[in-house]
Amino acid sequence: MKPIARVNDFVVKFANVNGSGSASANGLFARAVLKMGVPVAARNIFPSNIQGLPTWYEVRVVEAGWRGRRGGVDLMVAMNPETWDEDVIEIEPGGYLFYDSTKPLPPSKFREDITVVGMPLTEICSAQYSDARQRQLFKNIIYLGALARLLQIDPEVIEALLAKQYEGKQPLQESNRKAFRMGFDYAAANFKPIGLKVERRDKVGDRIFVDGNNAGALGAVYGGATACAWYPITPSSSLAEAFAKHCQRYRVDPATGRHRYAIVQAEDELASIGMVIGAAWNGARAFTATSGPGVSLMQEFIGLAYFAEIPAVIFDVQRGSPSTGMPTKTQQADLLISAYASHGDTKHVLLFPEDPKECFEMGAQAFDFADRLQTPVFVMMDLDIGMQDWLCDPFTWDDAHRLDRGKVMTADALAAGKDFGRYLDVEGDGIPYRTYPGTHAKRGAYFTRGTSKDRYARYTEDGNAYVDNMQRLLRKFETAKKLLPAPVVQRAAQHTRAGAIWFGSTGAAMAESLTALAAEGIHLDQMRIRAFPFADAVAEFIAEHDHVFVIEQNRDAQMRMLLVNECGIDPGKLIPILHYDGNPVTERFVTREIAEKAHLFNVTPMRKIAR
Amino acid sequence: MTYLTKPKLHHPALPTNALGLTRRDYEGAVSTLCAGCGHDSISAAIIQAFYELAIEPHRVAKLSGIGCSSKTPTYFLGAGHGFNSVHGRMPSVLTGAALANRDLIYLGVSGDGDSASIGLGQFAHVMRRGVNMVYIVENNGVYGLTKGQFSATADRGSKSKRGAANSDEPIDLVQLALVLGASFVARGFSGDKGQLVPLIKAAVAHKGAAFIDVVSPCVAFNNHPGSTKSYDYVRAHNEAVNRLDFMPLREPIVADVPAGGVESVVLHDGGLVRLRKLHAEYDPHDKVGALAYLEAHRAKGEVVTGLLYIDENPTELHDAQNTVEVPLNALGDVELVPGSAALGAFNAALA
Repeated sequence: MKPIARVNDFVVKFANVNGSGSASANGLFARAVLKMGVPVAARNIFPSNIQGLPTWYEVRVVEAGWRGRRGGVDLMVAMNPETWDEDVIEIEPGGYLFYDSTKPLPPSKFREDITVVGMPLTEICSAQYSDARQRQLFKNIIYLGALARLLQIDPEVIEALLAKQYEGKQPLQESNRKAFRMGFDYAAANFKPIGLKVERRDKVGDRIFVDGNNAGALGAVYGGATACAWYPITPSSSLAEAFAKHCQRYRVDPATGRHRYAIVQAEDELASIGMVIGAAWNGARAFTATSGPGVSLMQEFIGLAYFAEIPAVIFDVQRGSPSTGMPTKTQQADLLISAYASHGDTKHVLLFPEDPKECFEMGAQAFDFADRLQTPVFVMMDLDIGMQDWLCDPFTWDDAHRLDRGKVMTADALAAGKDFGRYLDVEGDGIPYRTYPGTHAKRGAYFTRGTSKDRYARYTEDGNAYVDNMQRLLRKFETAKKLLPAPVVQRAAQHTRAGAIWFGSTGAAMAESLTALAAEGIHLDQMRIRAFPFADAVAEFIAEHDHVFVIEQNRDAQMRMLLVNECGIDPGKLIPILHYDGNPVTERFVTREIAEKAHLFNVTPMRKIAR
Repeated sequence: MTYLTKPKLHHPALPTNALGLTRRDYEGAVSTLCAGCGHDSISAAIIQAFYELAIEPHRVAKLSGIGCSSKTPTYFLGAGHGFNSVHGRMPSVLTGAALANRDLIYLGVSGDGDSASIGLGQFAHVMRRGVNMVYIVENNGVYGLTKGQFSATADRGSKSKRGAANSDEPIDLVQLALVLGASFVARGFSGDKGQLVPLIKAAVAHKGAAFIDVVSPCVAFNNHPGSTKSYDYVRAHNEAVNRLDFMPLREPIVADVPAGGVESVVLHDGGLVRLRKLHAEYDPHDKVGALAYLEAHRAKGEVVTGLLYIDENPTELHDAQNTVEVPLNALGDVELVPGSAALGAFNAALA
């Protein structure tokens, strides 16, 4: 087997033990490649555990800039004896295995079709350091040094990163630099460079490396959120924590040191959403961050917000489910429970950011939509976007944009005698006017309730008034279709009768997969859905094609169900491509699945006939 | 049930308060509760308290959960916004509302089912957080709207109208509120307006979590000899620790101090609560003593009423949050949106 030889296009996977300090060294590796001007797609694959269980970090070095996982591993850095066997199996034929050779392993533990690079890391550390903690931590930096040498990464790049990381902490800076050099020099003396190589390029530009929870939280700041109520749940907790961090920076009154925000860690998700609804009812912009189990708990309140028409923003960072499911794995499986949350006839606005940049943008827009539509808005993220660092275009903001507070009747309008009916459809768009509590001494007060009411917010059990209200809510939903982010369409290079629809983080694999499929002669028109309710363009796109692949990360094809249900689509037209093992969908998976099904459904010949 | 409004016209000679408003300006829609319901007496006490305090009705936000008690905010302070939320979850909605606008007065109205059963968790946490509010539980020991099931405050051994005895320990919300950190804790009786109105006034003036448990007999399902929350039972077993007069800062303080044990409690806003002490040994600043007193009298089957505990310098949620004086809902783009320059710095740090 010929060893793999590739420049700026390979996958390195680090197999570690959780809590061993490897995360910092592995992150340095990814950032070093970026500093070499070469894009990376990095993913932390971690257990629901703080210390002791296996954890992996996968870095795809990819000059082409693809952001999804490719599938397969070219270089395994096997630092966890517990997962050794499965880690070795995962290496591509012709790939490389880097391991700690202090303890000899029998030949049966290796493969013949890979190149093995053994370095006595434990031995080196034991000789160098007397403290057990140091031995563990510096081992990571030492292997980083060796890898830099093996992959021909400029050592000065990593030394600069170390210097920045330990800025102002001279002894740490020096000891880390020394450990790094130790590894680098050992590799220089003992190994030849391998077939995988990082070469300097200028392909990163001004792009930033950021996770979606951080970005979404910043979006909430830019969206004018002043109240955050949340309950810790993986993988969303870091969103609320990032909001706190951003607020410390951007929302402290410089004159008094006092806060232009409030953050409450609630007792549970019911209280979180209750506080959000209370704050939004009272005219503040409020949000919660949660995941599937939290959305389950919030159902009753979400129905109240829908029916009483109160804005609320819910960041749902989806994880493996049902039930407790796979808390540290990713899925797109909360679509149905979010779209139709709560008992009775309800429908809710969903936004589908594709990456952290859109988490920022939609995280800000969500508050405008919620206020404008007076209804809950879900920002449907997932663990893959939320907790992983993605390489994104820098965030931008239009300073001319003003927060859209929607239809709020002022004290002046009330004083002027303007007719106020809380549920009165004045402009025919289904959206009524609201007043903030305390606006006017005599006019504008009303009773907010989850019970049925007439246009003037008076309690009623009259069937006609109830239907009138429910119909208006449907009109409001129609208005939402035109307001929300439109789907993004890209036509295939050649005319085709087949299409592909996807949303959210799946896009990372799609861009690359569609390029690969086109190279195989399978051309697909593409639509990325960005919001629910669906714009009319979605049904039109499906109508234009004989078959449309719907690619999503859940078992039951939830987006496909929504499409069939909301757009009246013949289910036979929509071919599900489903990936739901909890790991982010890979390019190879999508390409293989679509290629197979394309033949099954005659997609390819039909295209040829059409041509 | 329809929404009933009362005629707007009233007699020109009706007395007015400091704002020139009549008592009628503090009323709401006509009650749809059963005739003789204790809850209606509590609504009347709330109306009287706010009228006497001369607080503009629209500056009060009334929040409730679900149940007979939670329907009552419709029946008072009609010019204020009301929010009838979901069962047992009023505390969280009130907390959010209080965060959004610290300038309004928050009045939470709940029942024993709403607060002690389904909502016990939220009850506990809203007290812990010290939300600046008045939280009134209209406590009748029974589920009225669903026709007579026991609630968690029903005493062990008390009988339902159908004769079934309650075998579970009761939850005493007053004791819970004390332990959980409420800074104003009182108990009243719907049938004793003379005690209840000053309690509500003092609670409104208190800048922290003020809790009043009001025993409020249910005429339909829990006002019979087997109930410990009937009018007769409470009247016979009421153990009032104090009677009080409340005087806000703006009213001249009257000098006619009655003979006997009187203690003045200065409130945060300068207002005064004068406790006419019926029990010389009772100290409303002693939380441990209050708990012991309550427990001792509970063992004797007595219902202790009055101002049971007050912290005269409470801290509230906004203190803990260190929020700006301007209500959060009044902040605009300039204060809230950092703008493109700040975003440039954010990008640069991650490049």
